[in-house]
Amino acid sequence: MSEHMKREAVARPLIFETGSPESRCVEAPTLDVPDVDLDAALGGNARAVAPRLPHVTEVEIARHYAHLASVNFGVDNGFYPLGSCTMKYNPRINEWACRLPGFAGAHPYQPAETVQGALGLIHGLQESLGEISGLPAVTLQPAAGAHGEHTALMMIRAYHVTNGDARKRVIIPDAGHGTNPATAAMCGYTVTQVPSNDRGGVDLAALEAALDTDVAALMLTNPNTLGLFDENIVEITRMVHEVGALAFCDGANLNAILGKARPGDMGFDAMHINLHKTFSTPHGGGGPGSGPVCVAEKLAEFLPGPIVAKDTDGSFMLATPARSIGRVKAFLGNFGVLVRAYAYIRALGAEGITEVSEQAVLSANYLKERLKGAFDIAYDRTCMHEFVISGERQRKQHGVRTLDMAKRLLDHGVHPPTVYFPLIVHEAMMIEPTETESLEVLDSFVDAMLLIAREVEEDPEMLHEAPYTTPVRRLDEAAAVKQPDLAWKPAE
Amino acid sequence: MRFIPVSCEQRETMLHVVGARTVDDLFEVIPEDVRLSRPLALPRGMSEIELADELEGLAASNTSGLVSFLGGGCYDHYIPAIVDSMVSKPEFFTAYTPYQPEISQGTLQAIYEYQSMVCALTGMDVANASMYDGATAFVEAALMAARVTKRDKVVVSAAVHPEWREVLTTYAESGMIEVVTCPVADGRTDMVALEELAADAAAVLVTSPAFLGGIEDVAAIAGLAHAAGALLVVGTNPILLGVMEAPGNLGADIVVGEGQPLGSAMSFGGPGLGLFACRQQFIRQMPGRLAGRTTDVDGRPGFVLTMQTREQHIRREKATSNICSNHALNALAAGVYLASVGSVGLAGIARACVAKAHYLHDALIKTGRFTTVNDVPFAHEFALRYDGDVSAMQHTLLERGYLAGLDLHRFSDDYNNVVLFAVTEKRTRAQMDRFLEEVASL
Repeated sequence: MSEHMKREAVARPLIFETGSPESRCVEAPTLDVPDVDLDAALGGNARAVAPRLPHVTEVEIARHYAHLASVNFGVDNGFYPLGSCTMKYNPRINEWACRLPGFAGAHPYQPAETVQGALGLIHGLQESLGEISGLPAVTLQPAAGAHGEHTALMMIRAYHVTNGDARKRVIIPDAGHGTNPATAAMCGYTVTQVPSNDRGGVDLAALEAALDTDVAALMLTNPNTLGLFDENIVEITRMVHEVGALAFCDGANLNAILGKARPGDMGFDAMHINLHKTFSTPHGGGGPGSGPVCVAEKLAEFLPGPIVAKDTDGSFMLATPARSIGRVKAFLGNFGVLVRAYAYIRALGAEGITEVSEQAVLSANYLKERLKGAFDIAYDRTCMHEFVISGERQRKQHGVRTLDMAKRLLDHGVHPPTVYFPLIVHEAMMIEPTETESLEVLDSFVDAMLLIAREVEEDPEMLHEAPYTTPVRRLDEAAAVKQPDLAWKPAE
Repeated sequence: MRFIPVSCEQRETMLHVVGARTVDDLFEVIPEDVRLSRPLALPRGMSEIELADELEGLAASNTSGLVSFLGGGCYDHYIPAIVDSMVSKPEFFTAYTPYQPEISQGTLQAIYEYQSMVCALTGMDVANASMYDGATAFVEAALMAARVTKRDKVVVSAAVHPEWREVLTTYAESGMIEVVTCPVADGRTDMVALEELAADAAAVLVTSPAFLGGIEDVAAIAGLAHAAGALLVVGTNPILLGVMEAPGNLGADIVVGEGQPLGSAMSFGGPGLGLFACRQQFIRQMPGRLAGRTTDVDGRPGFVLTMQTREQHIRREKATSNICSNHALNALAAGVYLASVGSVGLAGIARACVAKAHYLHDALIKTGRFTTVNDVPFAHEFALRYDGDVSAMQHTLLERGYLAGLDLHRFSDDYNNVVLFAVTEKRTRAQMDRFLEEVASL
């Protein structure tokens, strides 16, 4: 594993098992107003027993989390080619920017005249994302990609209902992200799955058969989850529109086409964007992200309110579109994430943004070429920013599963690629290098993969047990489900 | 600025390996008629120095340094220095979701500890790894209650934050649930109306404190909800749980809340933190991620994401929610915050909020300009009626350096001339006394 990780003889105690009951870190300020009788003030609702929280000193907190950090792996620790997640480097200027007191300390209900900087930034980001996507009307309110999908689908629902044409079904290709069908179900739609063709694109005959006037939308990731640009995209959106349905683009893979092609120009009516993928905002160990939605003019009136508009005098204000679907979260979206994405776009500019995709695509194709002798590429043609290997041959010939190979990569200091997704490729391993990795890093990944390919043939047993050098080894996930231990409880 | 560590020469090498002449060759897989044939209409890029200058300018054009009595779901609490120091560790913030537990023990243990703390605060058995914010956690609780009870009507109290109710209504448009609103009596849920509306409901949804600050009789509401076979969902403020009874001890089945007060900056309203906890028996219907403790093949204790068959990447359209990314870093901040204050510090901070709010409340009434709207117990937030033009009053006080509460007119005409004041432990008596002098001089 990478050098910062060390195996320790004994596991770190929980924070609850650290310190002593007298330990204090941050204390409440001295009360400078008359004290209150809490039970009286709270109408008899004062707490009877204090919550069992840790009691620790500051140094114990510092050491505890320093240890936890030392057994965690981020982009700063090494290569993270996690397909579909775009684990690119997170520029530090963005972290600095979102912490500026004028941003971090702003309250969402401050009068508009006291937050013109924040509103201006939101407006600027709305405009930039509208230009990049080719879908000019934008909301920054959704908090994550799945939240953006939900927002877009609710707008599409509102569009159909307004036209007196409530529809019941959503079509999703079998290569789609799990969030797509989950979102469609949350929006009250039934899901029709369509297969992929032998080139990894949408099967047009199957799409044709699935389309009728009961279909509200197609949810399509393009480039798709195989890392392939669908050659028939114009035909696909035309077919969708022909039955009065709308085309939604899952924007998870936008990092492949920045400045090269725009979903709006492909015929999509709406898309979501993951700022925490394409626009370099950090993943935070699982979030917070941000999932803006960009739509064509015909959907603009349904955007969730409020959005930021420019007044005639040049000042910025909040406005709610005429037929808004309503709010999708409290306040104005994940502003701290928006600041980072804004800073990234301003830093790169039009030219830099386009270079991102050029390098991301070149790096992915480079890895694909270098690996394709030793591994089977699921669909071997020019890929976009990622590609998918199938470990089916290794499984059949040597009994080594993709999971084993992924776990072995951990011993090489690499975060494994996405595995077992997309579902349509057996023993899938989805590799996305991003543009922020050097040729040296890419080459050392190739070396590790080629070594593992040899190990598969020479010592398959060894791979079943990998990893060997990580802080913990394979964990018993079945036991975790059977006897759930989801919270610390004090000893009785 | 660019963040691409590949030289021109290396790029040529890579192109050669790929068998392409130029990088544009790789984009020929995109049909020509949808390839963009012009540069994006974005401003030119800039150096870090120029960028810092622009960003500082934007941030500075927000007025800061105001003495604030604004709340309404986003609160100006003190954030201990240790919180940002821990959250800024790149091993945490540049990591993805901990899908590879062998190299994600830090994130996983931190989530497990956070879940434990949320259970301790709320009096619930299990808490998830977080939702986006209080409003979306509230909606997910309603959807979960519908799955648990196999009913589709949810009764939401009109005393709940208007934005939370609006998000609930937005989601309900899908037809998955039907939302019925229970009227308010004296700033709190109308118990007489609730008894009738709760029949056949999947859930009764309230928050305590309510939007106007009043503390609900959660135990009584639980009695009504349970008599009707409905679950009780309670929205809370986690800081106040330092001194307020845990909803789990009052009959709540699902507890949600906005966790921003626990160590996250206001940040113009986001990212916040959706707290979500419930009773053990409902765990299979819970949305979101869960971290659990287990052992590795060598018998060493360790943590994993668990019970994932509820989630979208496994169950697709049958998942309990579409949530994937959550607010893990804010949950980490909340964990560090709660460890740093402990139960004693949290109780002290909550007590300070309550005492200061009551001090300001009584003193504002004494100015003669404000009157009580609802005579109900409150914690750190309260609504008062002003005897003049609220907008003009707030404008004048803004010029003198104060954010004089939230004008509730923006939410409803029912709230004309009503101002919602929030007081946190950060407000000093000196600040409040000067503010009161300004109010008296109006």
